[in-house]
Amino acid sequence: MSEVKKIATRDGYGSALVELGAENPNIVALDADLAGSTKSGMFKKAYPDRFFNCGIAEGNMMSIAAGLAAAGMIPFASSFAMFAVGRAYEQIRNSIGYPHLNVKICASHAGISVGEDGASHQCLEDIELMRGIPGMVVMCPADYIEAKACVRAAAEHDGPVYIRFGRSPVPVVFPEDYKFEIGKGNVLREGKDVSILTNGLCVASSLEAAEMLAKDGIDAEVINICTVKPLDEELVVKTAVKTGKVVTVEEHSIIGGLGSAVAECLSEKRPTRMYRIGVRDVFGESGPAGELLHKYMLDGEGVYKQVKEFVKG
Amino acid sequence: MNVQELKRTANQVRKNIITAVYYAKAGHPGGSLSSAEIYTYLYMKEMNVDPADPGSPDRDRFVLSKGHTCPGLYGVMAERGFFDREELKTFRHVGSRLQGHPSMRMLPGIDMSTGSLGQGISCAVGIAAAAKVKGKSYRTYTLLGDGEIEEGQVWEAAMFASAKKLDNLCAIVDNNNLQIDGTLEEVNSPYPIDKKFEAFGFHVINVADGHDFDQLAAAFAEARTVKGQPTVIICKTTKGKGVSFMENNAGWHGKAPNEEEYKIAMADLERIGESL
Repeated sequence: MSEVKKIATRDGYGSALVELGAENPNIVALDADLAGSTKSGMFKKAYPDRFFNCGIAEGNMMSIAAGLAAAGMIPFASSFAMFAVGRAYEQIRNSIGYPHLNVKICASHAGISVGEDGASHQCLEDIELMRGIPGMVVMCPADYIEAKACVRAAAEHDGPVYIRFGRSPVPVVFPEDYKFEIGKGNVLREGKDVSILTNGLCVASSLEAAEMLAKDGIDAEVINICTVKPLDEELVVKTAVKTGKVVTVEEHSIIGGLGSAVAECLSEKRPTRMYRIGVRDVFGESGPAGELLHKYMLDGEGVYKQVKEFVKG
Repeated sequence: MNVQELKRTANQVRKNIITAVYYAKAGHPGGSLSSAEIYTYLYMKEMNVDPADPGSPDRDRFVLSKGHTCPGLYGVMAERGFFDREELKTFRHVGSRLQGHPSMRMLPGIDMSTGSLGQGISCAVGIAAAAKVKGKSYRTYTLLGDGEIEEGQVWEAAMFASAKKLDNLCAIVDNNNLQIDGTLEEVNSPYPIDKKFEAFGFHVINVADGHDFDQLAAAFAEARTVKGQPTVIICKTTKGKGVSFMENNAGWHGKAPNEEEYKIAMADLERIGESL
């Protein structure tokens, strides 16, 4: 296999934010003492007067972001997903979501690929929490290119947005000229036997799995569902009709994330046999990201094995 | 508006509070009544607001951090001309713009949706920070309950406001000394409130009688002169002020009067009005 270019989605966040900062003076950024890690520090370096380090106080940061938005700014607020969304859930719900304020919550270090820090820092429930807030757009980009596109789309969207970024470098799967639209999924590989709906770093795993499945004579369709909310229901139903078997793959709990969103859609519109691949209602643990993804069967091999078993069963 | 007119307006705000809560059969009269003069001073004297242009980017902002006392805010907004007094009777009814806790999406003139204690001051801090970024001269005011400051987020917001030198922010604490479960000391004393804000870098102004317009006028005037740090005005008040049976009674924190109690309350306020 040739060497694939790898870069973390959080780097896409930082560079897109710097670009946007030059274009729009109303864009401001906030962080909670993790600017170096979330990459909001890139914005801080470029526009120190429009950056607010709130210190280790995530709830306060979210409400301050709400106030900035109420005064006409476009705030991007960052921390690790665990604290941005977990610690500050109620502030996001009441200060940002309820008044539908134009705040962009950009959380890094989501999922088990955080690695060595372990379960306390591996947020597997963020998509679930954010998806439940009325009016919140929820995105989980697959690579550096899509991450940048999500940030740009978020800035153009009027209303609250949650974007989930990862810590670990992941393969670049999209071309430089990739056209992204909020709420639109995209078919990355056509197939007829099974549909694999995925997002985040699991897009690369799913594409790898699809090649392995092809060698076994299973023709998998791979669809990137970056926007979990609003879900591209038309595309989800279309592929379910086409293959009759749907698997979701995500670096998130199987409860409440992409798998749940797809299941909710299909059970109402087109009941279809389904299997949810993700973290199966357990906490993560310490270890190198790659080894954890392997153990929790979210790498290409793990996805391949689970999809194959589902298709055969 | 002179002091006598302010007193009459505050008394009318109290009638508005009782009316709203009575027709809603729910709501929070105690802490609304204790802030009646504060609301009146802010909306009739202190703040640059225009009911005809409630979204003006240069207006002063008010965030009711103790959102449950919105009957007082609605009461003064009606007097300032944001809407008709009659609409107060829709408070907490289905379809009303006057939600149980303020909603900026439903009622023009509300600068921030609040209700969850501790968050409003942070939002006010964000609004004040935006003025600094944009070079605007508007001021931001936020009213907190004394029980509310038990929320840790209040102190996170206070730390940020002084660290970022937000001298365009003026917090007000309604120190009526009662919260749902009893006196502040009985529940979880936040005293000394002034020393705590001082330690967090605020310019502190203690107002011995938060129902005295001369004292309020002096405090708000002093706040405007402060540079390089935020200000907090701590007002000693009486919960339920103006209604005989509600005064200093924690039981009237979040309860509506029945018809008989409503009549007594309005008669109390009528008498006070006649004396003004």
